[in-house]
Amino acid sequence: MSEHALDHHHDDHAHHGPAKGIKRWLFATNHKDIGAMYLWFSFIMFLTGGALAMLIRAELMYPGLQLVDPNFFNQLTTTHGLIMVFGAVMPAFVGLANYMIPLMLGAPDMALPRLNNWSFWLLPAAFSMLIIAIIKSFLGIADAPNFGWTFYAPLSTKFGPASTDFFIFSVHMMGISSIMGAVNVIVTIFNLRAPGMTLMKMPLFVWTWLITAFLLIAVMPVLAGVVTMMLTDRHFGTSFFDAAGGGDPVLFQHVFWFFGHPEVYIMILPAFGIVSAIIPTFARKPLFGYASMVYATASIAFLSFVVWAHHMFTVGLPLAGNLFYMYMTMLIAVPTGVKVFNWVATMWRGAMTFEVPMLFSIAFVILFTIGGFSGLMLAITPVDQQYHDTYFVVAHFHYVLVSGAIFSIIAGVYYWLPKWTGRMYNEFWAKFHFWNSLLSVNLLFFPMHFVGLAGMPRRYSDYALQFADFNWWISIGGFWFGVSQLILLGILIQVCFRKKGAPVSDQVWEGAEGLEWTLPSPAPYHTFSTPPIVK
Amino acid sequence: MTEQGSTPTQNHTRFAIKLGLIAVSMFVFAVGVMPPLYDVICEITGLNGKTSNEAVSAETAVVQEDRVITVQFLAKADPGMPWDFKPNVRSIKIHPGEIKLVDYHVRNRESVAIVGQAIPSVSPSNATAYFKKTECFCFTQQALEGGASMDMPLIFYVDPDLPKNVSTITLSYTLFNITDRVAQDPAALATAQ
Repeated sequence: MSEHALDHHHDDHAHHGPAKGIKRWLFATNHKDIGAMYLWFSFIMFLTGGALAMLIRAELMYPGLQLVDPNFFNQLTTTHGLIMVFGAVMPAFVGLANYMIPLMLGAPDMALPRLNNWSFWLLPAAFSMLIIAIIKSFLGIADAPNFGWTFYAPLSTKFGPASTDFFIFSVHMMGISSIMGAVNVIVTIFNLRAPGMTLMKMPLFVWTWLITAFLLIAVMPVLAGVVTMMLTDRHFGTSFFDAAGGGDPVLFQHVFWFFGHPEVYIMILPAFGIVSAIIPTFARKPLFGYASMVYATASIAFLSFVVWAHHMFTVGLPLAGNLFYMYMTMLIAVPTGVKVFNWVATMWRGAMTFEVPMLFSIAFVILFTIGGFSGLMLAITPVDQQYHDTYFVVAHFHYVLVSGAIFSIIAGVYYWLPKWTGRMYNEFWAKFHFWNSLLSVNLLFFPMHFVGLAGMPRRYSDYALQFADFNWWISIGGFWFGVSQLILLGILIQVCFRKKGAPVSDQVWEGAEGLEWTLPSPAPYHTFSTPPIVK
Repeated sequence: MTEQGSTPTQNHTRFAIKLGLIAVSMFVFAVGVMPPLYDVICEITGLNGKTSNEAVSAETAVVQEDRVITVQFLAKADPGMPWDFKPNVRSIKIHPGEIKLVDYHVRNRESVAIVGQAIPSVSPSNATAYFKKTECFCFTQQALEGGASMDMPLIFYVDPDLPKNVSTITLSYTLFNITDRVAQDPAALATAQ
């Protein structure tokens, strides 16, 4: 990033400050307030979805049924998946976008602050419906959705419990929220860049989010469409997915994965942006291959629309279809490889230091690549016949989502937290959090490859005896990882609420570049009311 | 929040509305375009194994005596369908072009009248378009009084243009209970009976 002039360094607080009490949050239009709410909301959802995962792993620790009945187990996995995908990972990225994109572009706020408020406040409403459903099921009142986060028809249409309609309404709300958030990001990026901030000067986090926002606008309506068709199939006599009325359940899978595969990249492209900000800072070198990173991101986004049927290799596609989707899927490894090599080349011969954001970013690069490789294995149609719906798939998508997306979010939080709060987190506990997370996440997910290859199917509350030892270790890893995240909670409470931690400079990190580091720490309530000049 | 002088709020709103229209059109695409498009693609390619719902007139096609095709018949009643449903033969060997009759036997286990609809699926999918029916119980709804049974005919031939690599065709029927659907529409019930 180039040089920048910043007026108004000291008199930012001369503008009106935040409103008092609950109104500040209910009627929030400030991008930092909304960003903070998004981030805290997603962290609460992360812990909630994590608590469900703890129950899942407790049941799977030993063969046989100990704690929950199979139907409730299915409700746990369903709600865990939905909460983690739509409640933890996506809102965390939207929160980071809200907070950081205006700071990175030299914009005074997001372009549509009221829309921003609405898109946040839809989320607690949407997720309370899902959470109430699982609590009611826990109390034995009524079943929660039990068909997996992919809610395939006819399992969700013909055989879904009554709460499926709440699930549908909930998905509609989170879809509207995501679309509005994406609209806001795009308008901000196109209209509110500081003078001199050309598109190819934007930080990569902004670029990846711009592309993600277009993906969201393109596919979240498709998700809304598929749940709407479910709703009319359930209650208004249509037969989109009902063979008896001339429909086809396989159509559901096509429409769902037409949304679902771009959704996968919605959850990983902003992660690429975060680590592309962090690695150059701590390698003290500019990002290697900036332009190729932008083009690679765009290629991944484009390819995400033509690979959806690789989730459906076992439904009986024609040979030509299998080959097409196999090759297209493998093609994605090329732009992804470009990115991984660029990160490695950025570190190459850099003056590297290993602060916590860097540790999480390096772990991201390695573990995400492992997840990418198992994805390549799954892309091979003939072997996918064997791997399909086994724990190998579970291992694959947890490597890319937990040690990929979530590690990048944690890295981003550690990286920008001093800028947000003006205080440095406790280095010892943060490193303790990192090493515990790193070791436990591998103990948790790596053995899943083995049991998956040996044929352990996913989505069951029980398993054959030969998988018992591995599953015991997997559960230990799960509990360890779960408890480790409470360290992060403690660190955040210390810094954000108890106001503990050493004050930091405006620059915070020695090698950091970008407009956000020209602002005071903590960043004032209103920033860049007069745009900086980017040369 | 103050706006930058060069970009008034209206600009943002207009841009946001345009993006919103993209979202709306994607919704319309998902609900209004994808399902019919899928049907058309399936009809052309036979992708989902659904054979044509129209009877073809039996052509006086040349029977290929030198080629033998195995045709297997599967029949399954949906869990909500209280009928026994099975083909009278499991599989037959025929020559392409040869016209065959196969009966399916159904019996209503309930004591009330029930209306059923059979949905076909052919595997492999590239054989779908070459499996021709001149008469089929699946073209119409079938009604059975309580406890009654009957034989339902299927008359078909395999088009001699069937791809060379296909030697076995599996025809699978699933029988659905559509009494409730038909009950809402008495005219359809009358036709069915």
